[in-house]
Amino acid sequence: MILGGGTGGTLVANRLRRMYTRHQAEIVVVDQNDRHLYQPGLLFVPFGRTGTEGLVRLRPSQFHWGIRFVETVVDNVSIAEGRVHLAKGMVLDYDVLVVASGAVLVPEETEGLTGAGWMEKVFTFYSPEGAAGLARAMSSFEGGRLVVNVVDMPIKCPVAPLEFCFLADWHLRRRGIRRRVELTYVTPLDGAFTKPVASERLGGLLKKKGIELVTEFNTGEVDGAGGRLIGYDGREVGFDLAVVVPLHGGAPYVGRSPGLGDELNFVPTDAHTLQSKAAPNVFAIGDATDLPASKAGSVAHFEGEVLARNVRHFLSTEPLEPGFDGHTNCFIETGFHRALLIDFNYDTEPLPGRYPGSVGLPLLRESRLNHLAKLGFQSLYWHALLPARPVPGIGSTMPVSGKTRAAVGGGKD
Amino acid sequence: MTTTTIANTDVELNDEGFFVDPSQWSEDMVPELARLEGIEEVTDQHWQVIRFMRAEYQAKGTGPTVRVLGKTSGVSIKELYQLFPKGPAKEAAKIAGIPKPRGCI
Repeated sequence: MILGGGTGGTLVANRLRRMYTRHQAEIVVVDQNDRHLYQPGLLFVPFGRTGTEGLVRLRPSQFHWGIRFVETVVDNVSIAEGRVHLAKGMVLDYDVLVVASGAVLVPEETEGLTGAGWMEKVFTFYSPEGAAGLARAMSSFEGGRLVVNVVDMPIKCPVAPLEFCFLADWHLRRRGIRRRVELTYVTPLDGAFTKPVASERLGGLLKKKGIELVTEFNTGEVDGAGGRLIGYDGREVGFDLAVVVPLHGGAPYVGRSPGLGDELNFVPTDAHTLQSKAAPNVFAIGDATDLPASKAGSVAHFEGEVLARNVRHFLSTEPLEPGFDGHTNCFIETGFHRALLIDFNYDTEPLPGRYPGSVGLPLLRESRLNHLAKLGFQSLYWHALLPARPVPGIGSTMPVSGKTRAAVGGGKD
Repeated sequence: MTTTTIANTDVELNDEGFFVDPSQWSEDMVPELARLEGIEEVTDQHWQVIRFMRAEYQAKGTGPTVRVLGKTSGVSIKELYQLFPKGPAKEAAKIAGIPKPRGCI
């Protein structure tokens, strides 16, 4: 039984379906609605480059034949009974459970964030409604202070707020009003990004584009009416338009399921086997886990292969494989039809070079090729990643060839 | 990395001032470590947070973030900032002799 039919849930269901005949295993996916959103596409919505409708497809259509889809809300999981309690008293029993229910936004946890000014001059692009509202606000923005703020980690796609800054800079230049805008990135981290080499490179890009960086800022309150972010340490950042990435948590039902989640409703999970720490027959994937990997579709993709094999090992009473290495890769849009690519895992920070080998895409460098690859990825997502078809050259473990440990170069392609 | 003497014991600190080896830490170092952070008087509430950080690190291998501290330590985030004005997670981690809390990405 798979709870959640997003990126991780869908690709694991499809992998498992290919591993087992219908007589060997019944596969059920539960989700609260039948709309599958291509989340990376939300980044472009505020700039009027795409609407939200084109990012959604029918969830059940993404599953291979022979997967049962149940559209309902999960109330809680009883690990001891091996049973999922659904809305209206319905119950489903499982032999193996995969928690794939992602992360949710919890803007109400930050004082004032959803109060005065919310969806008027305070927006998030992390939801379809927010991104669409922000598109309207950006098109009528004529100048002033534009502030992009991450309240606290962890968040989905930790590079997305930086990409938003780069794209906003480009958008404002194209509109001819960049000189009238003070653009500021306000982060709880001590640099532009967490990993040293990438942080230095991305910090340099912010500087080059005239984007001010405010670090170690823990937002305690958003005063929408007064146009101020107020830090717990008393610092303030004023704004005319604020783009806030709210706090994230795991799915609410995780919190209602004794022993399943941590204090933020993420599922404590073994970093290499993807078996949960709650019970041997419970696994977790993607944003739903507490792993120190990015909450990103690429991670769910790389985890899926290992997780599906480990479900099979578990059902065959074989030892699990510690096969997941934390592999993550992300394209970072930098505007002007260019993008960077970063590739890393638990032990190796993002390094310059090429991916997946010495003749591949440039790493940690702006290039048009990376931008085209990012745009092309949407098609790959629906047609290769979700159906769990092999993508040539893209394995689940991080490739080492093509990478250099030398200092980061400033070249362009 | 530097070697510093705290409460008459040599300990190794990294460039940012966090303990390299948390097992070198002991409770009698707390007043001196706190003074290095500008905290003159270690109150019961400071101790509550420091002991909580230590226990979380031992259980999970990483210190809690400010948000998790606010949810689980019994001290609200606003009070945590009054106790540790430079940022509770980092400052309390230094005084509790544990590594910098991992800002999970």
